[in-house]
Amino acid sequence: MATVGEILEGSDRREVRPQPGRVPLTLRIRRYNPEVRDDSWWDEFTVEVEPNDRLLDALHEVKWYRDGTLALRRSCGHGVCGSDAMLINGRNALACKILVKDVAPRVTVEPIRGLAVLKDLIVDMEPFFAGYRSILPWLINDEGEPRLERVQTPDERHHYDDTTKCILCAACTTSCPIFWSDEEYVGPAAIVNAHRFVYDSRDQGARERLRILSEKTGVFRCRTTFNCTEACPRGIEVTKAIQEVKRSILFDRF
Amino acid sequence: METIAHDIVIVGGGAAGLRAAIAAAEASPTLSIALVSKVYPMRSHTVSAEGGAGAALGPDDNPDLHAFDTIRGSDWLADQDAVEAFVSEAPGEIIRLEHWGCPWSREPDGRIAVRAFGGMSVDRTVFAADKTGFHLLHTLFQTSLRYEQIVFYDEFFVTKLLVDDGRCAGVAAFDIRDSEVRCILAKAVILCTGGAGRIFPFTTNAAINTGDGMGLAYRAGVPLKDMEFVQYHPTGLPGTGILMTEASRGEGGLLFNNEGRRFLEDYIPSKMELGPRDILSRAIMQEIEKGHAFEGPYGHYVHLDIRHLGEKTIDTKLFFLRELAKNFIGIDPVHEPIPVRPVVHYMMGGVDTDIMGRTPLAGLYAAGETACVSINGANRLGSNSLTECLVFGARVGRQAAEDALEALAPPTTLLAELAGKEQDRLVGTYLQREGGGERISTIRTDLQTAMERGAGVFRTEESLKEAVEAVIGLRERYSEVAIDDRDRAFNTELVAALELDNMLDVAEAVVRSGLERRESRGSHTRRDHADRDDERFLRHSLAISTAEGAMIEYRDVTITQWPPAERKY
Repeated sequence: MATVGEILEGSDRREVRPQPGRVPLTLRIRRYNPEVRDDSWWDEFTVEVEPNDRLLDALHEVKWYRDGTLALRRSCGHGVCGSDAMLINGRNALACKILVKDVAPRVTVEPIRGLAVLKDLIVDMEPFFAGYRSILPWLINDEGEPRLERVQTPDERHHYDDTTKCILCAACTTSCPIFWSDEEYVGPAAIVNAHRFVYDSRDQGARERLRILSEKTGVFRCRTTFNCTEACPRGIEVTKAIQEVKRSILFDRF
Repeated sequence: METIAHDIVIVGGGAAGLRAAIAAAEASPTLSIALVSKVYPMRSHTVSAEGGAGAALGPDDNPDLHAFDTIRGSDWLADQDAVEAFVSEAPGEIIRLEHWGCPWSREPDGRIAVRAFGGMSVDRTVFAADKTGFHLLHTLFQTSLRYEQIVFYDEFFVTKLLVDDGRCAGVAAFDIRDSEVRCILAKAVILCTGGAGRIFPFTTNAAINTGDGMGLAYRAGVPLKDMEFVQYHPTGLPGTGILMTEASRGEGGLLFNNEGRRFLEDYIPSKMELGPRDILSRAIMQEIEKGHAFEGPYGHYVHLDIRHLGEKTIDTKLFFLRELAKNFIGIDPVHEPIPVRPVVHYMMGGVDTDIMGRTPLAGLYAAGETACVSINGANRLGSNSLTECLVFGARVGRQAAEDALEALAPPTTLLAELAGKEQDRLVGTYLQREGGGERISTIRTDLQTAMERGAGVFRTEESLKEAVEAVIGLRERYSEVAIDDRDRAFNTELVAALELDNMLDVAEAVVRSGLERRESRGSHTRRDHADRDDERFLRHSLAISTAEGAMIEYRDVTITQWPPAERKY
């Protein structure tokens, strides 16, 4: 490890690399408004934004200065609240994690697939959350609450770390071809959240969750296309988690 | 007009709101609890908290020490009875979250780990990697799902508190899906809507942090307390304002100016990078003024350097920070220092409450950043806010439950009429309005510019007077606001117009309170009144809505064991 002194010596003083200077970005947006017409349509807007801006900033530029009717969800703006999953150039991603320079001069934005569109980029999340709730997404432990914390070693903590990262954005579930064709399938996000508890050393609900996921709406619908893993903006190894759950159902005795 | 009755209505689904809902549900299985939120609860701004939650859990720690650090950090403006309650209940709340499944980071022996944080004299900040708020929020949301008596009104926007005969007895709220107002009656209403960082242009706050609960309470006649105290976090990314967690300094990160010098030795040599946020933010601004800062496309900045921690530590404890820096500015902090500058982060002030979360208006309660109890006084210490949401969320939930069990049902007809007027207002003022030429976005941008100019890190009589005038002018312009979207389904522009209404009220309270406080204390730094003045201002300010604008009154600070002293580090 370098000392502070060595780092000072080597400390470069160059500035933030991306230089300002606005660039044009044309957004092709799939629109839908049930109060205007029954089917969707495309609108195009060209805005001037900075290369380092987020695609979300460009959408805001449209909404606040061009067309206030454009509807989208957003909150934190840096990829942790899970509000703004969209189909961006044909792939699921968060609008707040995609930078303008990575898509300029032209980008296509659509709502995520497999959930009913309510308006523009806003879909009905209720079926998604119903899938989440179905796997009992809370810690189950009937031993009573000890006075102090339950001990969990860093290794045990690490065992379920990857699947704690789910932000419930639905990017994985709405990239899954099985979910598109079968709305009964709980989808990858629900399985990821089951995994998070099944492999938590403090949890005792594995048997019940695995029973739920072994039903016909559960994990065995998965055909391992890896779309979910590619879509996850948090980098969770979703397909791997699903495979682990499948294995636990088949081989583990809980 | 659909009328729905619950025992308790909670507005806001972040840490404070969810903790309050669970506490109320635990208090009695007979209580019906509504959780009304303009976003799905896990989208709340708690999700962005990174560094940790403070609680005296460690072997070298005790609640009195936590209390003293908090009071000194507050520049003696915190109420000491509130701080005592806070520090004594904090450890229990952290343990309870563990029992509910929060994936706290662990020590090698399996106990909950603690890390150093600014202004805390021992390692006292528990954490879950550097996404503590995210894990805390999800744990609370998950736990809340176990209670069938908690009913979620997701994506509902509250437009008014329904008050009858001096008692708050419900809210008017519209479903964003259809813009139809519902009358939601309750025996207790709890505001947990978070902060208002969006009144400033450069903030770590989510787009949703528009001071809604503060605006609702203020218009119902409830004072907003200590609103002049706005926290700048010393380390945000230039441009976006994305937070570089204080945990980076807790783990050993260093700040350098453009001379390659740890400039904090000129300002707070005893604490250096672990000094409190107000002092560090001022130091960086002074370095900028002295020409000791770097200059980039998004203004001046200094360097936050964590390279010496090594990739392994960074990936274990500051993984998210690395991801953010790489994603948003193309810098990998393993190999390069991170450009940072002070950024608006937190409102110390808020809705006036007592230590049980009760406001002066019967039936109305508040907790979390929306509220001002006050444990934070003139400057909050990093990692106290998540714990505040837990401790005072739980307290307010229990208190509201106790009161609701004894209260009579509210008068339905009269309150439904009030809610009906809200529907008429939405339609008349926004959805079917003729004329009006002001866009939401231009008023909002002008407001943010005025706030930064007049009520930034350094303030003067003149700057604050200008800001007051600007806010008054913007309030007039707001009466001419017109929206493009006239439809009912997901009219997010209507939501934005109502949020701007709240922002204007909050901004007015901030600048008026700031103008009247002619001293420097904590985050409120007056160039024209550089010293703290306990004689005149060891008091909370209370901004009260009147026909002539905000009127400022004062209330004494509660002192128990720690007499006011010079704030020395």
